[in-house]
Amino acid sequence: MALLHHATMGQRVWYYIFRLICTAIFLFLILPILVILPLSFNASDFFTFTQEMLALDPAGYSLKHYQDFFTNSDWQHALANSARIAPMATLMATTFGTLAAIGLSQSYMPARSAVMAILISPMIVPLIISAAGMYFFYSRIGMQGTYWGVVLAHAALGTPFVIITVTATLVGFDKSLVRAAANLGADPVRTFFKVQMPLILPGVISGALFAFITSFDEVVVVLFVGSASQKTLPWQMFTGLREQISPTILAVATVLVAISIALLTTLELLRRRSERLRGMSPG
Amino acid sequence: MAAETDTLVRFIEVQKSYDGETLVVKNLNLDVARGEFLTMLGPSGSGKTTCLMMLAGFEPATHGEITLDGVPINNVPPHKRDIGMVFQNYALFPHMTVAENLAFPLQVRKIKKPEIESRVNRALDMVQLGGFGGRRPAQLSGGQQQRVAVARALVFDPALVLMDEPLGALDKQLREQMQYEIKHIHENLGVTVVYVTHDQSEALTMSNRVAVFNDGVIQQLASPDDLYERPENAFVAQFIGENNTLNGTVREIDGDICTVELDDGAMVEALKVNVNAVGDRSQMSLRPERVEVDPPEGKYPNVFEGKVEELIYLGDHIRTRASVCGHDDFIVKVPNAAGHVHLKEGEAVEFGWMMEDCRALNA
Repeated sequence: MALLHHATMGQRVWYYIFRLICTAIFLFLILPILVILPLSFNASDFFTFTQEMLALDPAGYSLKHYQDFFTNSDWQHALANSARIAPMATLMATTFGTLAAIGLSQSYMPARSAVMAILISPMIVPLIISAAGMYFFYSRIGMQGTYWGVVLAHAALGTPFVIITVTATLVGFDKSLVRAAANLGADPVRTFFKVQMPLILPGVISGALFAFITSFDEVVVVLFVGSASQKTLPWQMFTGLREQISPTILAVATVLVAISIALLTTLELLRRRSERLRGMSPG
Repeated sequence: MAAETDTLVRFIEVQKSYDGETLVVKNLNLDVARGEFLTMLGPSGSGKTTCLMMLAGFEPATHGEITLDGVPINNVPPHKRDIGMVFQNYALFPHMTVAENLAFPLQVRKIKKPEIESRVNRALDMVQLGGFGGRRPAQLSGGQQQRVAVARALVFDPALVLMDEPLGALDKQLREQMQYEIKHIHENLGVTVVYVTHDQSEALTMSNRVAVFNDGVIQQLASPDDLYERPENAFVAQFIGENNTLNGTVREIDGDICTVELDDGAMVEALKVNVNAVGDRSQMSLRPERVEVDPPEGKYPNVFEGKVEELIYLGDHIRTRASVCGHDDFIVKVPNAAGHVHLKEGEAVEFGWMMEDCRALNA
């Protein structure tokens, strides 16, 4: 949106105010995260910028909090738990969410919006309510405090994201392709894996990404449904914040930010690739 | 029994309703002969596409039976029918190359790799796209995509191929070229084609027989020349080709000939098609190219004075609008042949036509 030659005074003023507002919003979102990054290299054991750090003196910086994260058994245990729970929850959420989205997109599906509303509800209902409900339900059936209990709870939280992204992709999906596949002799299962799945893959990947981050960042539900042996990274960070304010948390946060950026980049590249394969953008 | 085996597709008293109240297809009986090119022609909403969808298996028939090669297929799912189809939007798989698109039906049928390759290449050569196998559909022009769709529908050697307005998205010139190509492919392969279109010239160009649909009923099933020259009812006469309509009342019937009094009192001799009794209202159909301007005396039984209202030069003929017998939209095509009559707007001339060319249909 370049400034046009014939812009009026008002338009010119608005042009600069608009840019100012955009910058302000951007800073508001990104600054709290950016502040954490240098602090995690702090040589002291406090959440403050020291004189040495501000003077850019190498003595003010250290990797000791990172070392703590990678050697402390509490943190390593939490990391291992997160790495076991998040992928499984993502797999379940992606599978169920994709199937649900395809089912919901069929024209003969009865009570479509009601079913959709129920499946999306974990996203809308306050997390603490879901968590308390799951706690009581899982206690009754003996799943409270188990690995599968946490996985199922996280899968339920991640499924709505998959449903929404896959439904959005299905809107642009040409249903005559399914008919064409059937006409050429492919049974419904083959049609799904050879024709439909490759084409809605970008939506499935985005949904899976959201489901993964939901599980990886989640602290409320796991506090209720999990037990000490399912202590995840966010849980450990939460405990760490309450009990000892150690800059190790900042190091962990930095590592998580790096992982998220790497994950997003990889998936975006994958998505672009499959989008190109769909023949939607030139390549 | 010979007649039995010559019929490939048979619709027996087929009805279709989407909402359980209105019938989109009303009691359809239709036989498609083996090797035939049959076109279902009609305006949108006439039920022609629904018939094709029922044949392909994408829509269930509400009532009646459809047989393929003598076997009822009502309960056979689409992927087991072995019918090729060219879709309106081509429905090529965008994530596969052209060759992969063509190989798809062969892979499904578990055909060996070397044979798949040779059949794909043969099919591509047939539609003059040899060497395009590695491209993706998005990299092809509309006409090329259309050829790929035709090749894919034929590559697994189905006995029957359905085409649902396959040329609708192409420009006029390409459409005419593709009409001939599809016609030639049909002639060379001897495959049976059921073709759906709303374009009457397309139907006339390509088909052995045309079924004209309107309001869920086949109005006439005939060869292109019969359809054009001998329409059986007013709808077919109106729908196929250009047509002058003269309304009047039947005054006299003598064998095949009837005399109709037009609303302005003029008497016209016409061929009795489906008017039954003296006193019936009749709508007469007369093709614009069957009218002669300034005919020699005594050549025609029907000669009327008219006034030239408008002349449009169209190259090979001059489209002339005149007022004749109280109709001011009477169209005459005057061929631009050597020594043709030169008319002027406002001029009064005589128009004449033969009894056989003026068909008295029920109104």
